[in-house]
Amino acid sequence: MKKTLTIIIFLIFQQLPNAAEVNVYSARKETLIKPLLDQFTRDTGIRVNLITGKADIFIKRLEIEGENTPADILLTIDAARLVRAKEKGLFQEVISDALNKVIPNYFRDIDNHWFGLSLRSRVIVFAPDRVNKEELIDYLDLANSKWKGRICVRSSSNIYNQSLVASLIAHHGINKIEIWASRLVENFARPSKGGDRDQIKAVAIGVCDIALVNNYYLAGMLESSQEYETYAAKKVKLFWPDQNGHGAHVNISGAGVTKYAKNKEEAIQLLEYLVTDKAQQWYSDINYEYAVNPEIKNTAILGIWGVFKSDDLNLSLLGRYNRDAVLLMDRVGWK
Amino acid sequence: MTFKNFSESFYSLLNLNFGLLKFSRLNLTLIILALFFCIPVVIVCGSLFFPAKDIWVHLIDTVLTDYIFNSLALLIGVGFFSLLLGVIPAWLVTMYQFPMSRYLEWAILLPMSMPAYIIAYSYTGTFDAAGPVQTIMRELTGWEYNDYWFPEIRSLGGAIAMLSLVLYPYVYLLARASFIEQSICVLEVSRTLGCNAIDAFRRVALPLARPAIIVGLSLVLMETLADYGTVQYFGVSAFTTGIFRTWFGMDNSLVAAQLSAILLLFVVVFLYLERRSRKQLAFHHTSNRYSPLLKQKLKSSSAFFAFVICFAPLLFGFILPASFLGEWAISTYSEALDIDFYILLLNSLSLAFVTALLALVIALFLVYMNRNSHLFINRFLVRFISLGYAIPGTVIAVGVLIPFAWFDNRLDEFLTLHFNFSSGLLISGTLFILIFAYLVRFLAVSINTVEAALEKIKLEMDEVAKTAGMSHVSIMRRIHMPIMRGSLLTALLLVFVDVLKELPATLILRPFNFNTLAVRTFELANEERLAEAAVPALAIVIAGIIPVIMISNSISRSRPGYE
Repeated sequence: MKKTLTIIIFLIFQQLPNAAEVNVYSARKETLIKPLLDQFTRDTGIRVNLITGKADIFIKRLEIEGENTPADILLTIDAARLVRAKEKGLFQEVISDALNKVIPNYFRDIDNHWFGLSLRSRVIVFAPDRVNKEELIDYLDLANSKWKGRICVRSSSNIYNQSLVASLIAHHGINKIEIWASRLVENFARPSKGGDRDQIKAVAIGVCDIALVNNYYLAGMLESSQEYETYAAKKVKLFWPDQNGHGAHVNISGAGVTKYAKNKEEAIQLLEYLVTDKAQQWYSDINYEYAVNPEIKNTAILGIWGVFKSDDLNLSLLGRYNRDAVLLMDRVGWK
Repeated sequence: MTFKNFSESFYSLLNLNFGLLKFSRLNLTLIILALFFCIPVVIVCGSLFFPAKDIWVHLIDTVLTDYIFNSLALLIGVGFFSLLLGVIPAWLVTMYQFPMSRYLEWAILLPMSMPAYIIAYSYTGTFDAAGPVQTIMRELTGWEYNDYWFPEIRSLGGAIAMLSLVLYPYVYLLARASFIEQSICVLEVSRTLGCNAIDAFRRVALPLARPAIIVGLSLVLMETLADYGTVQYFGVSAFTTGIFRTWFGMDNSLVAAQLSAILLLFVVVFLYLERRSRKQLAFHHTSNRYSPLLKQKLKSSSAFFAFVICFAPLLFGFILPASFLGEWAISTYSEALDIDFYILLLNSLSLAFVTALLALVIALFLVYMNRNSHLFINRFLVRFISLGYAIPGTVIAVGVLIPFAWFDNRLDEFLTLHFNFSSGLLISGTLFILIFAYLVRFLAVSINTVEAALEKIKLEMDEVAKTAGMSHVSIMRRIHMPIMRGSLLTALLLVFVDVLKELPATLILRPFNFNTLAVRTFELANEERLAEAAVPALAIVIAGIIPVIMISNSISRSRPGYE
């Protein structure tokens, strides 16, 4: 009886003999990762199954799914979410010489649970006709009353702002940053709305004089096929903040292998593929991010912008102070 | 013991206990079915029983007032404008003839095919300070940004406008269906009693249509409360933005669920008050005499006004935003229309169709359960299921994921233990739970539509049929179905269009390598690549137009004596 049942159940659930595959939960949008994954499949024969969405949801989903999760890799666009996933025990340690050799240690987890794959910096864009470059210093200076009514920045619900504030808390302590943030909010030209490209356009047309944005948005607009975007982008200039201090705030897009990955080997293979020269160059060429591999040469706009001093804060701290950052921004009325 | 024996003894056991309450076997099956769809809502409400004091203190001290104020303002604003844009045109096209009125009759519904977040993107892209309209204005006049006033699209007022423009068709649809079904005799009698045209509308037609209009309005309000895309993009701190901020930013899904539960309380209180206020009233048609509607022909200026009143919502809710999208699409369509695109289209359409069909069948079962029984539990369950419509899709999705993943994991444990075989997550990663989530969210639409139709068939009619020896089934088939055909089609198509537009649950619950038009649109628009997002967005709108026109036709035909 039991034997028959076993056979029946086996037949129902029978999985066809699969070719090698790896399942990815990705917070990177499909257009910004699929070409790389397709190339990986062509090069290795390993099939990649992809779902895109929000990192927070994937973290919740991994928790709910537990041991049986189909996901082998969680890919996010922010260090704080990687840290959160690690804290919830969703990743496992990955020992890989290839990864460790290419990725500088401050862009990966101390226990090898997650690895940075590309870099982005949160920079200041300004209107050169209204702002003298010498007036710009660093993030802290944005609280100065000389900027009253001149700053645009998107909502504090956005992870990039949360991570920026978390990094400032890590450097300067929560009390100082709370005062800073409340003054910053007073300097806003308008209530926070829209995305980073919106802020750039707002500077271009004079809604505000400076804005905080991720660098690749400006690059993307400069290279856009839409005339109205290039038009706006050309009217603003980029400024690397805090070059005499900690350096410009950087964040990573990165990934880790899930604790219960069924295709661990393929997953590691994919991570290793994403830090090969070819893949790293793609991040820089197509999405105007910086490669985590310092050897990779930046092309076009990134090349023109040149080298900058980046903040080498331990990225785990972005995760540690994320909640504090959100609560703080609630208190100072940063919408 | 065979399964049949087992189930019979199971039912008889229950019959024994509840014998006095006349639990039939069918009824019990339906109750179990209904309970199944209640699970996600129960999970959300269950969160209220867990304390989370410190976060609440923080929320009350800081942002909660904002959330409540903005959500209330949205409700009042969107409610008001939806009534205005929905009821008056419905009356005009039903009773009068004026230029284009035959086309407007269905065209007024078109904004329904436009997802709220898409109309928001399209208006912002065009009318925002950096958009072409203001840019051209500045170039022509030489003004700077600060030299002039222009309405701010991305604001609370803008959010009210956007939501009203795409949601009013729910009110229009139900109001018009109700006006069409009204016996002209009642109106004629009112006129002989001294009512003028406006009085006849205000004192006779409007009160008679009230249940239908309220159904439309509550759909609008629930959709407003559940909206996240628009308010988030416009920087309006409403309840939904608060839910996600608490959940993601503070990593507290418990308080996020509690906020959703409180959102539901809003809805429950509203629905309760509404039902109570019309408890004593009956809305069955008192006359079964129908004569063809002779539409009155309006003359010059009143015809013009009627045209403007009916054309304006169509212009702003559909023609303008669709043409903005069209213009963007011109520059990007050649790249966008690849083989992948047709797969997206196929995925969207088939999901919408399957869900709509299932929703209709389930709604019919549940509504009949209510009609044939007066048990409190039946009525309660049907109301409870309808709450799903007011919960943000993301919250529903997680509420669906939790029980299914639990089931999958237990099944896996069981099979591993007894048969040394692992089933993994059997259901969780499939389209089944996505469709289930759609049903939890949209059953309200089909239930309300079917219920409104069935309510109008007097119970006496059933009784007469019974004395004539007809069975339940044949009453349903030979009497109810022909009368309700139009409403059933409407229920089907409403869910179809809703699923086509649905984003958050799809985003979370779709299987690997499976995308829809809505997902593609969102991903591009979210990256602020509006021009590229325009092609899939337009595809959603176009795919929604056909069912919308079909809805309208079915309503026209639903009038007794329609030729």
